[in-house]
Amino acid sequence: MLDVRSCATLSEAAGVLSGDRQAVLIGGGTLVMRDVNEGRLTEGTLLRVTDPAFRRIEAGGGRIELGAGVTMGMILASRELAFLHPAARAIGGPAVRNMASVGGNLFAASPYGDFTVALLALDAQVVVQAGFGSGRATPLEEFLAARERSGSALVTSVQFSRPANPGDFHFRKISRVKPKGISVMSIAAHLPLAGGRVSQARVAYGAMAPMPIRARGVERALEGKSLDAAAIAAAKAGALEGCRPATDAIASEWYRREVLPVHLGRLLAGEPR
Amino acid sequence: MAKIPVQFRLNGTDRAAFVNAPETLLNTLRRSLGDFAPKYGCGQGACGVCTVLIDGEPHLSCLTLSIACEGRQVETASGMADGPDLHPLQAQFMEHFAAQCGFCTPGMLTSARALLDKNPNPTRDEVIEAISGNICRCTGYEPIVTAILAAAGSPGLRRA
Amino acid sequence: MLELRKDLFADERDDNLNVVGKGIQRQDMPGHVTGLTRYFDDHAFDGMLHLKVVRSPHASARIRSIDVSAAARAPGVKRVLRAADVPVNKNTLLSLINFGKDDEPSLAVDKVHYKGEPVVAIIAETEAQALAARKLVRIDYEPMPAVFDVEEALKPGAPVVNETYPANYFEYHERFDHQKLRFGDVERALAGADMVLEHRYQMSPIEHAPTETNGSIAAPEQNGRFVVHSCAQGLFFALGTAAKIVAVESNRLHFIGGTVGGGFGGKVDSLTEPLAVLGAMVTGRPVRFVLDREEEMLYGSPRGAERIYIKDGLMRDGRIVARQIRSYFDAGAYTRLSSYAAIKCTAHLPGPYWIPNVSSDVHVAYTNRCPSTAMRGFGITAVDFALEVQMDRLAEAAAMDPMEFRLLNAYRDGDMKPHRRKASNTALIECVQVAAEKANWPISEQGKRQSSLAGGGAGERSQIPATVLDARGQIGRPDTRNAGPTQTLPAGTSRIAPSKQPVMEGARDGRAAPTQVPRYEAPPATVAPPTYAAQPAYPPPPPPYQAPPPYQPVAGQQPPPYQPPPAPPSPAPAPATQTQHGAVRFSSVFGRRR
Repeated sequence: MLDVRSCATLSEAAGVLSGDRQAVLIGGGTLVMRDVNEGRLTEGTLLRVTDPAFRRIEAGGGRIELGAGVTMGMILASRELAFLHPAARAIGGPAVRNMASVGGNLFAASPYGDFTVALLALDAQVVVQAGFGSGRATPLEEFLAARERSGSALVTSVQFSRPANPGDFHFRKISRVKPKGISVMSIAAHLPLAGGRVSQARVAYGAMAPMPIRARGVERALEGKSLDAAAIAAAKAGALEGCRPATDAIASEWYRREVLPVHLGRLLAGEPR
Repeated sequence: MAKIPVQFRLNGTDRAAFVNAPETLLNTLRRSLGDFAPKYGCGQGACGVCTVLIDGEPHLSCLTLSIACEGRQVETASGMADGPDLHPLQAQFMEHFAAQCGFCTPGMLTSARALLDKNPNPTRDEVIEAISGNICRCTGYEPIVTAILAAAGSPGLRRA
Repeated sequence: MLELRKDLFADERDDNLNVVGKGIQRQDMPGHVTGLTRYFDDHAFDGMLHLKVVRSPHASARIRSIDVSAAARAPGVKRVLRAADVPVNKNTLLSLINFGKDDEPSLAVDKVHYKGEPVVAIIAETEAQALAARKLVRIDYEPMPAVFDVEEALKPGAPVVNETYPANYFEYHERFDHQKLRFGDVERALAGADMVLEHRYQMSPIEHAPTETNGSIAAPEQNGRFVVHSCAQGLFFALGTAAKIVAVESNRLHFIGGTVGGGFGGKVDSLTEPLAVLGAMVTGRPVRFVLDREEEMLYGSPRGAERIYIKDGLMRDGRIVARQIRSYFDAGAYTRLSSYAAIKCTAHLPGPYWIPNVSSDVHVAYTNRCPSTAMRGFGITAVDFALEVQMDRLAEAAAMDPMEFRLLNAYRDGDMKPHRRKASNTALIECVQVAAEKANWPISEQGKRQSSLAGGGAGERSQIPATVLDARGQIGRPDTRNAGPTQTLPAGTSRIAPSKQPVMEGARDGRAAPTQVPRYEAPPATVAPPTYAAQPAYPPPPPPYQAPPPYQPVAGQQPPPYQPPPAPPSPAPAPATQTQHGAVRFSSVFGRRR
């Protein structure tokens, strides 16, 4: 039998999660309630967090912190997070965005989880609280590699630095249905320019592997280069490094591999989709 | 397992129900409170036929726990008409044949209402974005978009 | 926007229309926009129970054992139903009109034949309890070989999908393994054709994906009756099917429905009604059985996948002189409506074209896939796709504009169809003309002057040619059930060089791009080479059919020598003075008159 427990503090929730193997955190419900409705999740405890800190946005300064319970709708309502609006708007329709949370998106299986792709390109840290101790920040890439095993810890927030120039941050979701569809892929790129040359580029993909991944081949190709045709061609040539896309109802592996360099090239060149 | 009491305002009226802990708002509305306007279509957040407004914002009632709605304002398509007077969206849906089987209509109306309540004069793209989480399988989106645009700016749109 | 072209067929039509072309409010619209329309699930019952089924994870398996003891003891569970609890556990949808043999159980007995087949039903106080108990059912399966390809299924030695039809094909009238159509002498005409094109077309199953999933609620009423709120598209089909399976007189069932949240053909199968009624009977409580979205998408019956081979004989002047079709319909594991789809398909062939020699064999094959059913033009839509793609290929081969090619071959009023009926109310020519006009597609002045009312039924166009008998005294060649791919060119190839570009390419500005004319060898000297004018010029009616060159048997094959028909063809039936409606038309499709 399935029960629900509401936790008034983050510590309480973290304590229950680490002590009860059958406890599942429920954020907006868009992932967990599907399993409840279809009978895959029939035993254990759904854990709700009512702590206001869980839904807090700290976006005033250079360092941004989003509570794990912050919804896509809340991000879209924040002017300070305008550079993240394209990524937040890529998640579902308006109703889903009012429910789907930043923390939940970290656990969405491919081809979902487009917002996490943006966070990966922003070099985000995930604050994880295990038991009643205090939170520990983990690089997102590390967190994703271990996320299947991280069910017993509570994600309380994500942190990242605001891009010095918001125009250096790019996000695109490629889907077949307009205006909304499930990802064929998503691409996020943070391309800071120093003296007209790309410095410390971070590029990430969604739906090109079982979890969002960094595009290291692209990052290397762009480093120290100005964003001209030659650099874009080199980036496209290295676009598929590390990709392990799936064949699913949305696209085949072959198709994803074929079109990724095309969409990456358009993003880098500032061309429309 | 003991049932849990929940109270919220449904279409302007205080309502109460005893629910099972993991019960969805959709089931409470339909089975306990007799409001059949929101429908079950997928249980996954993909189709939008269960869309309701919670504190004025569209939510999917099939993915929302009833106990999370304690003390909140819930509105469904059932509450849009004022007695025999239809909401402008309802009137324009009729006028423009924006319903065929009618199953997606309550959700469409609710999403459209959420848009127009905030943005009485939306662009066509904003209308399309507003109903992008609502699947219609037979009417086709064109008459629905037309009806919403026709209702936009109608007198009486912002009626409580 | 709706446009009524009153200039077309003006003297054939009564234009005093009361509804068509006018805006009339639908009577169900106020209910739809106020949320008051009641669908099957929009009914409250005190003490309603919920039914969920356990489905097979295997496409083909023997059931060694079923243990429901833990599920039966689970919280809230009222009853667990197994195959033995279903009074009449074998049915086929069209048994109500005496068509086909009962072959599908409501709950699998000792074998499962497709992934997702219901095996056990759980009835519990809440949906959540039924879902939790569903996990406690233990079924021991022994997987068996499965077959998923229609042609593989028809080969000797293929795994038997459905014991009722052990050769894996549907039997029409318990005798015939396919639907056959024969008109004229296709082999002879193919041998005499300037070109022969053969292609393979493969469709996919398509799920209807209605926003409302399949479901029903059955509840005890007074006097031993049961009320059933149903999503069924055919309410009386659902009533008759449920009455048969639960073995009660149909007057004990009170079906309420007609308000369907999207059907498209996917709600004719009575997927839930029989078990909901049975559940209400055995528990004495209202029982609701609704498919969830995953079940609807994976295990609600889809449109059947069809494989279609088309082989056409074409003359250089663009006339199609022969069309031979071989098709395999995927019924899935049991008969729902694919058997009827094959009849509809045969009735539709060879498309809206007058072709003097036609043959077709349409087979319905069982595979270990989800049973297929009705969907919007099932049996027609797919073959139309195949036929029209084939027509474009033929037009290219004949170096003709695809619109002109259709005008040339279109049937007209008075033409004899292969089904031995005269075509009437034909309108393809006018459709092509209007479509060309709308698309800004240039067609010749002669093409614009064509009419469905003129030129039809002239000369041989109104005749029923002699039908060739084979060595066994039967019509047509030996059956094609196990013909195998050797008689067919590989998919995507043809006997003409694929030397041309798609005709539609580059036509975005509304003007047709010049068709790239493929080059072929000079035609045989006996036939004067036709001149390809920029605009094809042909007089209506089309030139008379010229006798093909002598018949050359195909190497490696020894068809029976052509003989004159043993008896003169029966005279064409007198044109019906009245349009046929209802039962006559329906049963004539089924090959019987009632």
